[in-house]
Amino acid sequence: MIEEILSVPFLTGLLSATLRMSTPIILATLGEIIIERSGVLNLGIEGTMLFGAVVGFLTTLSTGNIWLGVFMAAFAGVLLSMLMALLAVYLGVSQHVAGLGITVFASGLSMFVYRLTVGSPTVPPTIRPFVPVPIPFLSDIPLIGTSFFNQHLLTYFTWILIPLVSVFLFRTRPGLRVRTVGQNPFAADTVGVNVNLTRTACLAVGGAFFGVAGSFMTLAHQNMFLKDVIGGRGWVAIAMTIFGNWNPVIGTAGALIFGFLDALQLRLQSLGVRLPFHLFLMIPYLITVVALVGVSRKATVPAGLLRPYRREEKGG
Amino acid sequence: MMSMNIVKREPLPSWVKVLIPFAAVLATLALAAIPILAAGGNLWKAYGSLFFGALGNRFNLLETFVKASPLILTGLAVAFAFRARFWNIGAEGQLYAGAVAATVIGVYGTWLPPSLKIPAIMVAGFLAGGLWATIPAFLKTRFKVDDVVTTLLLNYVMLHFVGTLLFGPLQEPGSSWPRSPQIMKDAFYPVLIAKSRFHIGIIVSFVSVLAVWFINDKTVFGYQSKCVGVNILAARYGGINAGMVILKTALISGGLAGLAGVGEVCAIQYNLIMDLSPGYGQTGVVIAMLGNLHPLGVALSAFFFSVIGVGAQTMSRMAGVPVYITGVMEGIALMVMLVFLLLTEYRIKWSKS
Repeated sequence: MIEEILSVPFLTGLLSATLRMSTPIILATLGEIIIERSGVLNLGIEGTMLFGAVVGFLTTLSTGNIWLGVFMAAFAGVLLSMLMALLAVYLGVSQHVAGLGITVFASGLSMFVYRLTVGSPTVPPTIRPFVPVPIPFLSDIPLIGTSFFNQHLLTYFTWILIPLVSVFLFRTRPGLRVRTVGQNPFAADTVGVNVNLTRTACLAVGGAFFGVAGSFMTLAHQNMFLKDVIGGRGWVAIAMTIFGNWNPVIGTAGALIFGFLDALQLRLQSLGVRLPFHLFLMIPYLITVVALVGVSRKATVPAGLLRPYRREEKGG
Repeated sequence: MMSMNIVKREPLPSWVKVLIPFAAVLATLALAAIPILAAGGNLWKAYGSLFFGALGNRFNLLETFVKASPLILTGLAVAFAFRARFWNIGAEGQLYAGAVAATVIGVYGTWLPPSLKIPAIMVAGFLAGGLWATIPAFLKTRFKVDDVVTTLLLNYVMLHFVGTLLFGPLQEPGSSWPRSPQIMKDAFYPVLIAKSRFHIGIIVSFVSVLAVWFINDKTVFGYQSKCVGVNILAARYGGINAGMVILKTALISGGLAGLAGVGEVCAIQYNLIMDLSPGYGQTGVVIAMLGNLHPLGVALSAFFFSVIGVGAQTMSRMAGVPVYITGVMEGIALMVMLVFLLLTEYRIKWSKS
C-alpha cells in the first residue's frame, strides 16, 4: 500500500490532479480578490460558476467549438456580474443578499436552460473535452515535468494570470485605483476616480473569471453537465480570498491545498483504497474552516467592503 | 449624459412596507413570464396550471401545506438569525443535523416509552440543528471568522457527514443504497387529516411562527437580539453581552432548521436519505427576505413558494415548462424584494452631469 503511494506514477498522478483540481478554485479566487479589493463582496460566485459551466457546455455541445464555449462562459459570467453591479453598486442594496440572489437565480436558470436545451435523456449528453497539452522538453522531466507540464491550456492560462493579477493590483496605476476604491472610496472620488464604474469593471473581470472557472468543470475536468458540478467551489474561493488576506499569491496557495486534498481523495479511491469517500470529500471543507479560524483575527479586510458608495453619505 | 443618484426619501407610511412583499410577488410573476414564454409555454395555461396544481383541489391544497412546513421553519431560521445580523446561510446543514438526530433516535431509541418518542426526537432534532449553528456563531464571536463563509462551508461538511453515515454506520443492513433503516412506527408524525399527508409537523411550524413572534416582540432576549442586529457597538455600550446573544440566536435559528429536518424524516421519508432536502435551506434565505424578516411574513412567503414548488410539477406536465422555473422565480423574487425595499428608503434621482 505505502509502496504504491510512494511510487512515481501515483505521485505524478497526484501532483497532476492537484494542479487540475485547483485550477477552477484559483481562477475563481483571483476573480473574487479583484472584486473584493474594489469593495464588493460577490456571493453570486457559486451561481455564476454554475451558469458558466452550463453555458460553456451547451455552446460546445451545439457548435462543437470548445473555445467558443469558454468564451461564452466568460460572457455569461460578465452578464450576471452586470446584474450584480446594478443591484449592489448602482442601487447599493445589501451585497450579501444581492449576491445570494444572483446565486439562487443563476443556479435555477442553469438547470432551467439545461433542461430546456437537452431535455431529459436517459444518458446525459457528452462533449469532447479539452485534452492535456504537454509542453515540449519540459514535460519530459520525470515527476515534475510529467505532472506540471502536461496540463490543460486553461490551467497554464490560470498560472499566467496569478502574477498578472498580482502585478496589476500592486504595481500599476489602475490597480492602485481599484485598491483605493475598495479602501477609501471617498478619497478615490475626491481625486477623480469614478468609484461605481471601477467597481463595475472589477465585477465584469471577476465575472468572466468565474464563468471560465465554471466551464473548466464541464469542458476539461468532466465532459458533461451535472447539477452539483460546482459543489461549493465558489464558496471555497470566497474562503480562499479571506485566507489569502486578499493577496492572489497566498490565495493561490490556499486553493492548491484544497486542490491537493481533493486530488488525494480521488487518487486513493482509484487505487482501490476502501475508505469512506464522503469522509474524504468532507475534509477539504473542514480544513478550510479551520484555516479561516487561524487567519481571521489578523485579516485586513478592505475597509470599503460591503459599503455602497453614495457621495452624500460620507462616513455613513 | 444623465447620471443616476440614490438619495434618501421622506419616510413612507408604514402600511407601504406591509404591501411591499405583495408587490414583489406580482413583479416576480410578471418577470417570470419571460423564461416561461422562452420555454414555449402558454402564459395563461402555465400560471393557471401552477395555481390549480397547488390550490385547485383538496389534495393539492393539503400538499401545499405539507411542503410549506419545512419552508416556514427554514425561513424562520434565517429570518431570526438575519435580524441579529448573524448571517446564517447554513439552514440546509442544520436541517440535516436535525434529520440525523431524528433518525438515530427514531431507529435506535427503542427503549423510549412510545408516548415520549416524538417529543424526544423533536428536542434532539432542535438541539442538533441548534448546536451545529452555534459553531459558526462561536467562531464569529470568538475568532472573528466570517459567518457567511463558515455557514456555507459547514453545509458541505454536514452533507458529506450524512454521506459518511449512510454509507457506513447508519446504512440499512443489506442495502447497497445510501439510506438508513426505517424509523419506528411510533416515531412517525401523526397525520391529522384523513387521506392526506397533513401531519403535526405543520402545526409545529405554525406554533414556531407564533413562538418566534413572541420572542421577537415580547421578550428581553428578542429585544437584545434586535439591538445587536441594528448596531452591535451601541448594544454593547448599552450593556448587552453581544457574543452571548449571537450564540443564543444561532441556537434557536439552527434549532428551527433542525425541526424542518425532523419533519422530513418523521412525516415524509421515514428514513434518512442524501436527497432529503431539495434546498429548503437556500430557499429559506429567499423566504426570510420576502417576508421582511417578520414571522408572519415568513409564513406567508413560505406558503407562496410552496405554491410555486407544488404547482410547478403540474405546470411542467401541462405547459412543458421545466420545474427548475422554481429556482429562477426564487432568485427573481429575492432581487425584486431587495430593490423594492431599497425604494422605500431611497429614491432614484436623475441629473445631468
